[in-house]
Amino acid sequence: MAASYTRRTLLTVVCESSIEARVVADAKHLGAHGYTASEARGGGQHGERDGGWPMSGNVRIEILCEAAVADAIAAHLQKTYFAAYAMVCYLSDVSVLRSDKF
Amino acid sequence: MPFEPVILFFLLGVIAGLARSDLKIPAVLYESLSIFLLLAIGLKGGVELARQSLSELLVPALVVVAIGALLPLIAFPVLQRLGKLSRADAASVAAHYGSVSVVTFAVGAAYLANLGQDYEGYMVVFLVLLEFPALMIGVWLAKRGQGGSNMGKVLHEVFAGKSIVLLVGGLLIGWMAGADGLKPLDNVFFDLFKGLLAIFLLEMGLVAAGRIGDLKRAGAFLLGFAVAMPLFAGALGALTASLIGLSVGGAALLATLYASASYIAAPAAMRIAVPEANPALSIGAALGITFPFNLVIGIPTYYWLASRLEGVV
Repeated sequence: MAASYTRRTLLTVVCESSIEARVVADAKHLGAHGYTASEARGGGQHGERDGGWPMSGNVRIEILCEAAVADAIAAHLQKTYFAAYAMVCYLSDVSVLRSDKF
Repeated sequence: MPFEPVILFFLLGVIAGLARSDLKIPAVLYESLSIFLLLAIGLKGGVELARQSLSELLVPALVVVAIGALLPLIAFPVLQRLGKLSRADAASVAAHYGSVSVVTFAVGAAYLANLGQDYEGYMVVFLVLLEFPALMIGVWLAKRGQGGSNMGKVLHEVFAGKSIVLLVGGLLIGWMAGADGLKPLDNVFFDLFKGLLAIFLLEMGLVAAGRIGDLKRAGAFLLGFAVAMPLFAGALGALTASLIGLSVGGAALLATLYASASYIAAPAAMRIAVPEANPALSIGAALGITFPFNLVIGIPTYYWLASRLEGVV
């Protein structure tokens, strides 16, 4: 049986670890069913975030969801966190199996 | 004056950081060491507390907290008016300097132990009590008249934060178990303490060296503040200690507590509650200047001050 793929949106958020819990809670509130978080390192306008100690910790949060949900989360993150926190967020189209999970 | 050797590990970290060495302490080790240090400090305080009548501690504790709460209130207008910092930045820096640094306290205690100078074991209780009032005052200063102060989040961040959980938890375990009950754990928590503190300080040296770039942005005023504020707060601490009749060692430690600036609990709480404050300013000053200053110059100065003031007030 051939696998059956469905189009979904992958929302990737890279931000300070200090707000991970809040971002995840907001995303769930806005309709995300789940998420994957991993430690991340990098640098940008907010300087080097090398994860050497808690205040320079960075996290990458990935959320698979429908396009409208991803839009809503991205708009909310932009409004709430972009001004004061180190955060980037981007969307990509992906094909998923078991689309009912997302 | 005997030089406290753990400070040399801090200096090694600073030098390695400035030389852009590839030396890196893994984040998990940092976490593990901080858990160990917080627990060990709590346990040690708890064991001492078990020898103490708690009711006698009430009035001194209230005095120490009330006078400690003045620190952010004094720092804020200085930072805002003289330093021309924004309200959020001034409040955040004031909160950092009003709160305390556990590691500075540990180095102060090690310094006294090196001199053979005793101090009141319940100083750890003051350490715990001084950690959070300044954070709340800082949030209040930043949000005055604006509504939506996020105070609930700050309270949660502080009281459920690992430093309070481990310090208070260690304190209670030590208090309940007493010195004899903890004997089997001495090898881990007390004998290893100084060696692990040394490794932690090596990491703090690396982190502090990484803040040098932030200091360029902080400006001359904040650099001066980062040295003047601990000296002022240390003097206030030594006077307060005389007022409540602490020993010379206790006075030196209380001065060290007042003089120290938080760089673990305060940055985390301010990041959540006052996000518009620039963390580079407060962490740069607290960790880049005040922490090394206290380690190398401050602690011996506060000890000297405490011995001069003994019995004066």
